[in-house]
Amino acid sequence: MVLRGKAHVFGDDVNTDYIISGKYKFKTLDMDELARHCMEDLDPDFVNKVRPGDFIVAGGNFGCGSSREQAPLVIKHAGVAAVLARSFARIFFRNAINKGLPVVECDTSGIREGDELEVDLGAGRVANLTRGTVLEMIPLPPVMMDILREGGLAAYLRKHGGFRL
Amino acid sequence: MGLTIAEKIFSAHLGREVRAGELVVVEVDFMMGQDGTSPLAIRAFEEMGGRRVRDPSRVALVIDHSAPSPLEGVSNLHAMMRRFAAEQGVGLYDVGCGVCHCLLPEQGHVVPGDIVVGADSHTTTYGAINAFSTGVGSTDLAAAMLSGSLWFKVPESIRLELRGTLGPGVYSKDVALYLAGRLTADGATYLAVEYGGEVVSSLSVEARFTISNMAVEMGAKAGLMEADDKVMGWLSGRTSRAPRPASPDPDASYREVLEFDLSDLGPQVAVPHRVDDVRPVEEVEGTPVQEAVIGTCTNGRLEDLEEAARILAGRRVSPEVRLVVAPASRQVLLRAMEKGIIQRLVEAGAALVTPGCGPCVGTHNGVPADGENVISTANRNFKGRMGNAKAFIYLASPATVAASAVAGKITDPRRML
Repeated sequence: MVLRGKAHVFGDDVNTDYIISGKYKFKTLDMDELARHCMEDLDPDFVNKVRPGDFIVAGGNFGCGSSREQAPLVIKHAGVAAVLARSFARIFFRNAINKGLPVVECDTSGIREGDELEVDLGAGRVANLTRGTVLEMIPLPPVMMDILREGGLAAYLRKHGGFRL
Repeated sequence: MGLTIAEKIFSAHLGREVRAGELVVVEVDFMMGQDGTSPLAIRAFEEMGGRRVRDPSRVALVIDHSAPSPLEGVSNLHAMMRRFAAEQGVGLYDVGCGVCHCLLPEQGHVVPGDIVVGADSHTTTYGAINAFSTGVGSTDLAAAMLSGSLWFKVPESIRLELRGTLGPGVYSKDVALYLAGRLTADGATYLAVEYGGEVVSSLSVEARFTISNMAVEMGAKAGLMEADDKVMGWLSGRTSRAPRPASPDPDASYREVLEFDLSDLGPQVAVPHRVDDVRPVEEVEGTPVQEAVIGTCTNGRLEDLEEAARILAGRRVSPEVRLVVAPASRQVLLRAMEKGIIQRLVEAGAALVTPGCGPCVGTHNGVPADGENVISTANRNFKGRMGNAKAFIYLASPATVAASAVAGKITDPRRML
């Protein structure tokens, strides 16, 4: 799976309330509606700037806070193709994979706003086309790679009937 | 090399010795969803082709985050939960029963040695009674409801030895905040935290829940304590399930062992907008507050209301402050009524709301205005957490919140003991 798009850069400790505020998420299961508020408290203009296939790039502990699966879902519904971060909070990390949103652990410190990136999930590499650099990603455990390949846990379980480690 | 509590619990479930780093599929003893996460879990369950929940007796759905419903959209999601619970025969705790993390142990659903998942990050709470309990998303909850099991990576552990004796006016919440400040918001990511030492032994089981509840604020997967006599005593009469306590081996292997002497610790306050930005109360004393909140899964238990009432007895909440009190469960509310605690709180000027999450998540029950300061016993103070990104949230113990509500500004509770 090779993805190509622009970087939208955020800092450390982006929590799930910033990704989608509790005041919206309890009201509806319409993720397109919720996606209009994605990252609103950090950058109210984010949803207007982001183009389908772009990336969210962040520092450490991305997705800390609540277990709300609405967080990876609104990111996906906002058109984001993958989230790259130095590290992720564990529940968000699992939720993203379960919902088929690629999450990439790598050294994001050299990526700047608007950089053109090429993410090769199979090869485990991120190419920063703007800066001519290549980053190695921390590989996913095979079970997570399989879930991601199926597009999420629901499709994975329909296919396999259970977990295969 | 010996095993940690987490390794012991996973090993016992699998019938073979497993160590940190191993990927395993294990039976889950109990699972829970709340009204912010269950609707997506029900949808995922259907997407998986699920027809029947594997073992309905191991599932509870709790309506606590927006209860009673403030909006028609929420009402329809609640109705979806009630329908699913009735069709599948799973337990439902409806409006007014209380917060999931108070209810599950109180109602005897969790015992030492269990593996529990909850579609709520603060599921780490039951680590205080020696259960490996962790937060998951809705899809993982759906998978667990469908198959009865889930995959995990057995986590490495970090051991925190809490030494000394807590001084007057200093509570388990101050310890939880202090540790979040010291370890930071991602200091325990992917790790199980094991708490030990004489501070833990000295605390009541209720007070211990507060510490395990906030383990996730350091990124932890679980916040485990041992099942001592206090835990076994607390459980008696609550559950018919057999506990399987897990103690760490003396030579267990930890990522790190940290010791903290807490004898000189004073009341702590987390300041906006980070849970790990924690200061001694002296540094923020005098900050005006317009709203004060006592309740939540962190500090809405009987002892918490009792501490607040002790400070509020014979005093009045400042006319500049709204004090909102949300007991963590119906049982807590009933006991607090019997003991005259509610009488004292309401006489002092508190507004009592339905047992549940109260205003913590910004859905109802006290959304602050632009520019206002809130002091709360909750576990998170992120910008926008309480429904207004232009408000500022401070986190503290029930005693500090009560004292601050009286004074109209952040106040060291030791002045009012």
